[in-house]
Amino acid sequence: MLSEDDRRLLHLLSQDCRMTPEEISIQTGLTPDYINKKIKQWEKDKVILKYSILVNYEQLEEDKVTAQIDLKVAPQRGQGYDKIAQRFQKFPEIKSVYLMSGDFDLSLLVEGKNMHGIAQFVSDKLSPLDFIETTSTRFILRRYKQDGIEFYGEEERPKRLMITP
Amino acid sequence: MKHYLSPLASGLKPSGIRKFFDLASTMEDVISLGVGEPDFATPWVIRESAIFSIEQGQTMYTSNAGLIELRRELSKYMAKNQGLNYNPDNEILVTVGASEALDLAFRTLISPGDAVLVPDPSFVSYGGCATLAGAEVKFVPCRAEHDFRLQVEDLQMAYTPNCKVLVLSYPNNPTGAIMTRDDLLPIARFVSENDLIVISDEIYSDLTYEGEHTAFANLPYMRNRTLHVHGFSKAYAMTGWRIGYVAGHEDIIQVMTRIHQYTIMCAPIMAQIAALEGLKSGESAKNNMVLEYDRRRRIMVHGFREMGLTCFEPLGAFYVFPDITATGLSSEQFAEELLQEEKVAVVPGNAFGPAGEGHIRCSYAYSTEQLKEALTRMARFVSKRIKKS
Repeated sequence: MLSEDDRRLLHLLSQDCRMTPEEISIQTGLTPDYINKKIKQWEKDKVILKYSILVNYEQLEEDKVTAQIDLKVAPQRGQGYDKIAQRFQKFPEIKSVYLMSGDFDLSLLVEGKNMHGIAQFVSDKLSPLDFIETTSTRFILRRYKQDGIEFYGEEERPKRLMITP
Repeated sequence: MKHYLSPLASGLKPSGIRKFFDLASTMEDVISLGVGEPDFATPWVIRESAIFSIEQGQTMYTSNAGLIELRRELSKYMAKNQGLNYNPDNEILVTVGASEALDLAFRTLISPGDAVLVPDPSFVSYGGCATLAGAEVKFVPCRAEHDFRLQVEDLQMAYTPNCKVLVLSYPNNPTGAIMTRDDLLPIARFVSENDLIVISDEIYSDLTYEGEHTAFANLPYMRNRTLHVHGFSKAYAMTGWRIGYVAGHEDIIQVMTRIHQYTIMCAPIMAQIAALEGLKSGESAKNNMVLEYDRRRRIMVHGFREMGLTCFEPLGAFYVFPDITATGLSSEQFAEELLQEEKVAVVPGNAFGPAGEGHIRCSYAYSTEQLKEALTRMARFVSKRIKKS
């Protein structure tokens, strides 16, 4: 179980990983020493896997498409879903791999330069795999919100009076 | 037309905040730390439920005391969070903001000649409402050396036999002070000994950053001596909805309800429905806002101490109340010169009562970026003054 302090620390870092331990210390009352140690520990334990940024590529008019590919697979003897998932995660085109409940078994997020590239990837790399029974490919057309961040629209800062009691 | 005015009404002093409001409003690019309300919009679950209720045509009066569903939920909420037990049928009144509850409380309790004890500094309305109700107002100074907590000795000094009501407001606006159970116990004894009744404005209770908030009505023998005033404005970021409530002994609440019936009828139904939703599903949004305030609070205290100012650590509400006497300026001079020179608006401490002199109130209901920029500007301002004096 995470302590309240650690939960907070993790929350702050996931909001803004550029904050220095000194800054975090001011904002939480934890000592920089504790924060440093904790972060090191989490990195070592693979709790923190990566420090990342969230990019809105549409703003850059950069070509990039993402498809969600749902798969129905037939796990083979002695090879559960984990084995199959491990195979998929080796492809650099595949950004995420999830085991799902419902009609499909695995769900992949695949990134490519354009739709053609992704179609190629599906037909060349995925479809030939004999343990795949069916696939369903859907392209993401626009991202409105991801990881809790709204991509468009005004930030919600209501207008307040300048001074109120 | 002035001769038509009632002397009581025209004798009301304009709030000390007004002057700065007028001045700051004429300027551009001002960072204002002068606002006593959250910078968050009301959580979406709450807004959405109010929108839905309007679509459903829920646009009528409610019972005078407020929707019974809301009162029942309030009763549960107070029981769970503060260990208070009030009967939703006759001991809870839903009001137009906590402000209406305060006004009703004074009007219900005060007879000519009665006096009201009000901690100083505190929210500007207590004195005004008590005066309008015909009370004599006695300010009880709270001092920085006591972390702005009310002391029995100071109460005793201010007390006269015509005192009938004591106002408590913790966590406090403007100081951010809180009072723990141990701090409140001697106050409760004083209240019993002098047969006082307490109007306890606990609107900031959810914004308590260390330890648990103690409701005054929760202290031994205090339930029937206390009007527990609360509302949704601060913790649920619902200032514009104007929705609050008061709980207390049936005898008092029923008379308050009667005045409310004649003057207001009922709180707006949309706001009541929104409040109900807040109680049912606004908890996590509320907790996230509290965490965010706590983070900003620490940034502010750190910032002021770095400037070389004495800054007591506020443990509640969303204000810091640094001591600015090291600059050699009065509260008003400080606020005025800071506004002119660095375009940062703060509220002079004495706007909240004479004991606030020597301090300024800075709200931290702003984004971290705004707070950091304001601190940078203030540090520049303060460093010039401290060197000079």
